[in-house]
Amino acid sequence: MGKAAKRKRKVSVPSTAKGPVKSAMAMVKSNPFEVKVNRQKFNILGRKTKNDVGLPGVSRSKAIKKRTQTLLKEYKEREKTNVFKDKRFGEYNTKISPEEKMIRRFTLERQKNYGKKNIYNLNEDEELTHYGQSLAEIEKMNDIIDSDSDTEERGTLSAELTAAHFGGGGGLLRKKASSGQQDEEEEKPKSRKELIEEMITKSKQEKQERQTQRESALELTEKLDNDWKEIQTLIARKTPKSEKKDKEVEKPKPDEYDMIVRELGFEMKAKPSERMKTEEELAKEEQARLQKLEADRLRRMHGLDEQANKKKPSHVSADDLADGFILDKDDRRLLSYKNGKINIENEEEEEKDGEDEEEEAEEGGKEDNGNEEESQEESASEDEDVAADSHSDLESNVESEEEETAGNKEQNKHKTNENESQSVEELDRKMEAAKSELPYTFAVPESYETFKSLLAGRTIEQQLIILDRIQKCNHPSLAVGNKAKLEKLFGFLLEYIGELATLDLPELRTIDKLVLPLYNLCQMFPEAASDSIKFILRDAAHDMEELIEVKGRATLPGLDMLIYLKITSLLFPTSDFMHPVVTPAFMYMSQLLTKCRITTLQDVIKGLFICCLFLEYVSLSKRFVPELINFLLGVLHISLPKKRAQGYTVVHPFSPVGKNLELLLVCDKKDLESWQKQNLPLSIVTRLKETSRTEMNHIRLSCLALCFDLIKKCAALYESLPSFHEIMHPVRVLLTQHVPVNEYPEKMQEWYHSALKELENKVKQYTPLISEKKKPVPLKQYTPKIVKVLEFGRKQGGSKKEQERKQLIQRHKRELKGAIREIRKDNQFLARMQLSEIMERDSARKRKVKELLGSLSAQEGEWKAMKRKRGKN
Amino acid sequence: AALHAGSMARAAAVADCVQAVLGSRASANRVFELLELLGGEDEEDAACAARACGRLFGALLQRGELLAGPLPAEEACLAGSGSAEDKYKAWMRHRYQECVAGLAELMGHGSFRLKELALCTLMRFVELEAKHPLVAAEPQGSRTFPRERLKVVVDGLLPINEDASLLISRFQEYMEYDDVRYFVIKAVTGSIAQVMQKTKEVTLLLLGRVWINCSETPILCVKWGGTGSVWKGLGSKREECAHKQAFEKMWLSFLKHKLPAGLYKKVLVIMHDSILPYMNEPTLMIDFLTVAYGIGGAISLLALNGLFILIHQHNLEYPDFYKKLYSLLDPSIYHVKYRARFFHLTDLFLSSSHLPAYLVAAFIKRLSRLALTAPPEALLMIIPFICNLFRRHPACSVLVHRPNGPADPYIMEEEQPSQSRALESSLWEIQTLQNHYHPDVAKAAAVLNHSLSEIEDDLSGLLELSAYELFDKEVKKKAIDVPLEFEQVRGLFGKKNDIFAEHFTLD
Repeated sequence: MGKAAKRKRKVSVPSTAKGPVKSAMAMVKSNPFEVKVNRQKFNILGRKTKNDVGLPGVSRSKAIKKRTQTLLKEYKEREKTNVFKDKRFGEYNTKISPEEKMIRRFTLERQKNYGKKNIYNLNEDEELTHYGQSLAEIEKMNDIIDSDSDTEERGTLSAELTAAHFGGGGGLLRKKASSGQQDEEEEKPKSRKELIEEMITKSKQEKQERQTQRESALELTEKLDNDWKEIQTLIARKTPKSEKKDKEVEKPKPDEYDMIVRELGFEMKAKPSERMKTEEELAKEEQARLQKLEADRLRRMHGLDEQANKKKPSHVSADDLADGFILDKDDRRLLSYKNGKINIENEEEEEKDGEDEEEEAEEGGKEDNGNEEESQEESASEDEDVAADSHSDLESNVESEEEETAGNKEQNKHKTNENESQSVEELDRKMEAAKSELPYTFAVPESYETFKSLLAGRTIEQQLIILDRIQKCNHPSLAVGNKAKLEKLFGFLLEYIGELATLDLPELRTIDKLVLPLYNLCQMFPEAASDSIKFILRDAAHDMEELIEVKGRATLPGLDMLIYLKITSLLFPTSDFMHPVVTPAFMYMSQLLTKCRITTLQDVIKGLFICCLFLEYVSLSKRFVPELINFLLGVLHISLPKKRAQGYTVVHPFSPVGKNLELLLVCDKKDLESWQKQNLPLSIVTRLKETSRTEMNHIRLSCLALCFDLIKKCAALYESLPSFHEIMHPVRVLLTQHVPVNEYPEKMQEWYHSALKELENKVKQYTPLISEKKKPVPLKQYTPKIVKVLEFGRKQGGSKKEQERKQLIQRHKRELKGAIREIRKDNQFLARMQLSEIMERDSARKRKVKELLGSLSAQEGEWKAMKRKRGKN
Repeated sequence: AALHAGSMARAAAVADCVQAVLGSRASANRVFELLELLGGEDEEDAACAARACGRLFGALLQRGELLAGPLPAEEACLAGSGSAEDKYKAWMRHRYQECVAGLAELMGHGSFRLKELALCTLMRFVELEAKHPLVAAEPQGSRTFPRERLKVVVDGLLPINEDASLLISRFQEYMEYDDVRYFVIKAVTGSIAQVMQKTKEVTLLLLGRVWINCSETPILCVKWGGTGSVWKGLGSKREECAHKQAFEKMWLSFLKHKLPAGLYKKVLVIMHDSILPYMNEPTLMIDFLTVAYGIGGAISLLALNGLFILIHQHNLEYPDFYKKLYSLLDPSIYHVKYRARFFHLTDLFLSSSHLPAYLVAAFIKRLSRLALTAPPEALLMIIPFICNLFRRHPACSVLVHRPNGPADPYIMEEEQPSQSRALESSLWEIQTLQNHYHPDVAKAAAVLNHSLSEIEDDLSGLLELSAYELFDKEVKKKAIDVPLEFEQVRGLFGKKNDIFAEHFTLD
């Protein structure tokens, strides 16, 4: 504590000394003997110097003063342990003027005493009375009365009050009375509790008063009313007409002109509504939209936009009819493909196509609208969500309701409603049977089981309606949680489709229809949809990996996975260079074609299905899929009679020798002849019916035909690849040298020849390869490196951090030097002090010794004098 | 409960029996009870008896109550003149012999528990016999390992028609002892000829487990009884040498026989790390490996590893090695299981910068031609591989830069790399792969368009890449946004020009 105090003093002392110093400074500065100028040898432009003029005398005296105030004090008190503490308020604070200081000190003192007085002063509780009543109570009463008549009776005190206040009482009371009420309140500070109590009572009082006023007013009005009623009946009986007339008089018939003006004023301003677009325009817009999307797709296909623009795709709602679509007119032509070539010439055709599509879309939209109308009419609960979908006539009705002028509009409304309901009824009749049991609102099912039970036993149409309604009732714009719910719905639907596909008799027709709501949901929630499909893919791939690890080989998955893969191609653009869902799907399919054993006819069909998938996936991007060619080659291989393969090699999962060869071989002449190309039913995949040999053979031949067709398509697709011939070489060898063409039926020969033709008449196109030239490494240069000097005196170069570091080091150095200098000066000062002390002490001693010697010599002298005297005497 | 009580009682009876025999010679005949149980049908009984036998004869061996030295026939011994003590010992020795025979039989039993028990008991006998030798010491001094017992064990381990892999892995424990291993090797070598007729697989399994680590287990001899120390007289160097010789002999006698393809592969798989290092003269394997290399297909690929070691460390000169290697390249190399191993070695073989450019070019061209049929995981490996070759052999860079090249003159069917005209060709295959469906492959292939960096790509991580890993990596990527198909769906096969609609129906 003592040290801290000391330090404080150290700091505070120089500040007190500042005032006089400042005044002295001016004088000193003008004195040329005090000023020392550091003369510079050269004048350097732009250099700022701080220390060219100095006042050595001043600074020295300052330093000495400071030391005497701090160091010297410490030195003098070095052996003292007790410390003097000055606790006077503001003793060393120069900012406060002495008067103020005194006042503050005085208040402090008062404050200190105030609490203590309250504690020990017992007389305070004594109750003072006046006429036997408690004075405090009287005061309160007064207060109430006072607050009552706050505004009116201010200043004019009632006699009673004056009597109470000025009438009598001891000295204390009188004093109060003389100073008036407000003063009194101020003078005698009430305790907090009292104040609050007072406030409460005041507010209560006010309230009560207001209430009574209101009540009385009410009473009065009631009374008035009653009176009026009495009178009114009299009037009504006697002169009803006159009364009417009176009224008319009171309300004169509005002027016609006014009415028109007002009507016009109220009438809805004719907004420049968007005119209905013509078919052509719509088609154009649609085309433009498709163009943009196509351009987008192409960009992604080439993998150009990976980092370039990560902007989110504009969300296209499932219900969007693209009316509000605004797109800058794009003059680019629509890129389209026909037979693998960019199609430029037949634009018109394309347009027509677009129109067709548009029409279809429109029809769909119309139907949608119809549905909405029905459901809206019939269920009130759905009203809210249709507001978004808005019928224009209804809307105008709502507005017309707000106006109260025209009654005929009311009629209009009825009419429209009737019309609507009529048309609705018509529509309704058609689907009445189907709908009679369906509720109109559905909650989104929480679990897959509830979802399944919801759809169980319904027809396809009903299922679709249910799904549609679920979507509408739980549109994400309606409630916060709906988004998550509907996202779940996508997963359920997917699972449901998978289940349908794994049934013994796969309900593919149902799946075919269910794809539509799936697509819509996917458009609404791309992330969730991609996640759930990815999840399915991961599961499937994981299962396969496990199988391979355990058994060493895998089998092709069931129909559900094939359907999922197909659905993936419907929901997502498969031509993208990299796509979060499609790329894994590609790899999964690749694994299927390379790792799974082909042991049965079903396996072959599944494999061919996957080949088709591959072809579809890459149909636009024309990406190269080695697995596809390998597999087709293998399929052809197993259609041949057993013999050593020559000129081509089949790779896993097919083997040149061993089991499962001749899986597609058909030898029966009759079957060969009776064969007709048939479309393979997908249900074969799950179970091969107990079919006759002939049918089996026919299926085999169909597979072979499919294979030929796929080869043809591959050839068309990969035509442009530089090593097309190398890729197709094994297939060509097999087709030309090994396939027993002549044994095939005519139809098959057609397939065969078309495939072969596609393979053969392709020109070898080898564009020369040119690799980018390496950039030459620049030679080392020996010219000096020239660096601009931007600031003199400051170290150049280095990063900001390094510069900072350098600065810090420099500052540290400077501080260190300063500190050392200070310490040295301190020591000098102390030494000087000590020396002066010693000198002082010595001189004092000398003086004392001198004195003593002086007195002694005087004594001696006296004594000698006495002796001499005595001798004389 | 009754069964349990019965087994308890039996156990008690057997223990009683052992006590009696050990207690007084008068009740020695009760041994027969044990032997009878040992040969009995009941599994529990047999196990019980085996355990008891182990205890009994173990104790007798330690006491020295079995006749040491050559054993006369039982009748002769009993009839002959000798002290009662000797007669008793000889008689007991015969019982011991019977017991061993019984245990050997048990090793062929159906249940693994019994087999294991018999094996352990026999091995205990081996251990005790080494300490208290029953055979007279050989002239050299301390070589008294009970080979006959071990032979019994080995024969038991190589059954004619069963899978003894479990038992063999149990036996592994004992193989850690140097002497045991040594004599097992010897025993196996002796019996290979008979065994090979039928049970090649098991033999291989046993052989595969034999490995030598002399340096690590010097304590074994001590552990195996002070008297029976086989190796005392030998220095560790000589010891190792002897060991290796035995090992070598064993393998050579094994490989003399004709092996089926599967076994061939298995031998080759372990060749480089569990056979060649433990041979005195690995060059003895040259014949085997060259034959294997000549077979073709996967076997050749595997033989490559052994050959490499011989070439690299033992100065083997292999004529036309690169030609052979070149001819090994066929479409299946990207699909086989041993892909990583093969390409690792190929990388090593092609790492020399002194190889002629035509050879490297031929390899590059062939590898990339074959890559046209490869799965993506192989492609991801082979493209950096080829890039590395370009870096090592800048002379080959004409393959990617030939501004006025003709059509492809490369001859795929040519066996001689020098005749394949690869150096006159260009790498259109890699250009094709730039259109591969897998984005990473396409990106990797696009590298060849640009100038290559100086530093070689690291292949080690790519060699073992599997399709599943690739898939997993792709699936786990966090997608930023998911582009959607804009074409409205019209049913499952509803696309324009849908291939499926042409060939499949939704029935």
